[in-house]
Amino acid sequence: MRQLKQSKENAFRLHNRRQRAAGLSVGAAVLLASVLLSILLGLHSYGIGDLWQSYRHFDGSNDHLILTTTRVPRALVALATGASLAVAGAVMQVVTKNPLASPSVLGVNSGASLFVVVGLIAFGSSLTLGGMIWIAFAGALAAAAFVYAIGARERGGFEPVRLTLAGAAIAAFASSATSGLMLLHKQSLESALFWMIGSVSGRKLEHLADVLPYMLAGLALAMLLSGSLNVMALGDDNAKSLGQRLLISRAAAAVAVMLLAGSSVAIAGPIAFVGLVVPHLCRALVGNDHRWLIPYCAITGAILLVTADLASRFVLMPKEVPVGVATALIGVPFLIRVARRRKHE
Amino acid sequence: MSRRNSRRTMYLLLSLTVVTALTALVCLSIGGVGVPLKEVVLSLIGRNDQGSDLIVMKLRMPRIAAALLVGAALAVSGALLQGVVRNPLASPDLMGVTGGASVAAVAFMTLFQGYSVHWIPVVAVAGAFVAAAINYVLAWSRGVSPMRLVLIGIGISTAAGAITMFLLISGPAYLAAQVLNWMTGSVYGTNWTYIQALWPWVAFFLPLSLLYAKELNVQSLGDAAAIGLGSRLQLHRVILIGISVALAGAAVGIAGTLSFIGLLAPHMARRIAGRSHAVIIPVSALLGANLLLLSDLAGRTLFQPLDIPAGVFTAGIGAPFFLYLLMRRGNGRP
Repeated sequence: MRQLKQSKENAFRLHNRRQRAAGLSVGAAVLLASVLLSILLGLHSYGIGDLWQSYRHFDGSNDHLILTTTRVPRALVALATGASLAVAGAVMQVVTKNPLASPSVLGVNSGASLFVVVGLIAFGSSLTLGGMIWIAFAGALAAAAFVYAIGARERGGFEPVRLTLAGAAIAAFASSATSGLMLLHKQSLESALFWMIGSVSGRKLEHLADVLPYMLAGLALAMLLSGSLNVMALGDDNAKSLGQRLLISRAAAAVAVMLLAGSSVAIAGPIAFVGLVVPHLCRALVGNDHRWLIPYCAITGAILLVTADLASRFVLMPKEVPVGVATALIGVPFLIRVARRRKHE
Repeated sequence: MSRRNSRRTMYLLLSLTVVTALTALVCLSIGGVGVPLKEVVLSLIGRNDQGSDLIVMKLRMPRIAAALLVGAALAVSGALLQGVVRNPLASPDLMGVTGGASVAAVAFMTLFQGYSVHWIPVVAVAGAFVAAAINYVLAWSRGVSPMRLVLIGIGISTAAGAITMFLLISGPAYLAAQVLNWMTGSVYGTNWTYIQALWPWVAFFLPLSLLYAKELNVQSLGDAAAIGLGSRLQLHRVILIGISVALAGAAVGIAGTLSFIGLLAPHMARRIAGRSHAVIIPVSALLGANLLLLSDLAGRTLFQPLDIPAGVFTAGIGAPFFLYLLMRRGNGRP
């Protein structure tokens, strides 16, 4: 956590409550604008009037169908997934005291997608999205528990580098197991591919409605925990002497991460690096107070994923680049920067 | 090296060579259509006039040869890196070297479609060198720390994966299937042209690595000791990394991203061959070849008629082993 504490006072830092609240509302406005743009722009672009018409006077035309069944769900899925992943990343970074922690780096995403593919093969098309969410949760939990067990030191706490390497190994293992399973069961390949590449297109509003309760529960839990996260960030000894029950708050944080990461994977597949990048950006803005950090992460994560999805639509028109590819390319320079800042052995 | 040790080494190398040859023979005979060992041997000496000759020489032989060469190249590449970096976790996959090679190869396949196979190892080696250079530069701040190399290597691999995916999507659909198969890491569908493109690399760099084995021994004593012994540390380090990158790049160019062989084989070699790299390097090469032969055999026989890429099996064995290494290191032991 040394590196979090020492983050320098910079020009963008928002100092008092008023500035932070103002920043949050600016963020909300930007989010709204980017969602609107994401709905309106694309291979076919529309005006805002078309969107209004398609809901007020739906006439079954192609344009109205595209707007209501493709664009709107897509933007909303990106919003929800981005917010969940970013908050999951913020919580993980505090609990593991590792600035590199995030659902994708620690293998939680790939664990969840491995379980989903296994589930698809075992149950075939009879698997509903509701059931799939629970399988994804189990996968996220299994991967997280495994990585934690390897990364945990004997005296409690975590060894950051070991945690990261264990995550990378789990991710490599899960992805090779996933591709092997998919080759064995070609008939379920189609539906599995849907989850393999992180993407927010082609999801329906009903899918989102299925996972949304879990996402909201995870966000609420993270918000509730923000006070104890602040204490946890001070280090284990300080937290204990301040009367924090470390075991309980860590378990609650793990539940929050599982809800958030598992439901994101269930709806959008493994999307890399949102959970890594956003918390770092937000920490530069509001510092280490998690009561502010978590809402900022939620909004910034949503903005990032919605705009990354919008941008990746235009790169190879008329083909689409999955948004997971775009976020990986944004995220890697960040990972390298964070890795460089740390001193190793 | 005492005489007893050198005799022991001789026996070790000899028996491993015999084991490798036997594995290769078994791999030639087992498959979708079983060929009796006798006919395999007859084919090898050019005396088989039955139908099985075609299966052995045209279909299986190139594949077996590719597995031997690729496995050996990757294993030696890993052994060199682990010696130079003095870290048991170093391997071409973790350093982003294989990632760079596969981006270059996929770019070449999708952008220059009338390609000749011969250029793929060259392009892949170039990509591997670029990735290694980027990693080295980014990990440099008053010296290169091994952990930083690995962390940044993970980042580079991820970026390489994303770029590869991007190239796949931007290329025409019929190529995507072909490239995807290549990417999972497989010696499936290799023919003699691939072998011709690959063997010069292995034939040049593998003996070269043996020539530098002594320098590697000196390097693994630590920087201060190496300089004290009069070694031109930085120069030799760059040469050793260069050999390692060239071997990994050429192997990836032919067989795709086969993960974890470069990590696994040198560890096993060190277990049975001790500390001298003059022994570790050939032993890793033989073990790597065996690993890939067996993974490929498992891939094409376990789930017939499907052909599972060998990369799935190497990762399936390699990742748990890597985790085991991590756990062991954490408990205070070296």
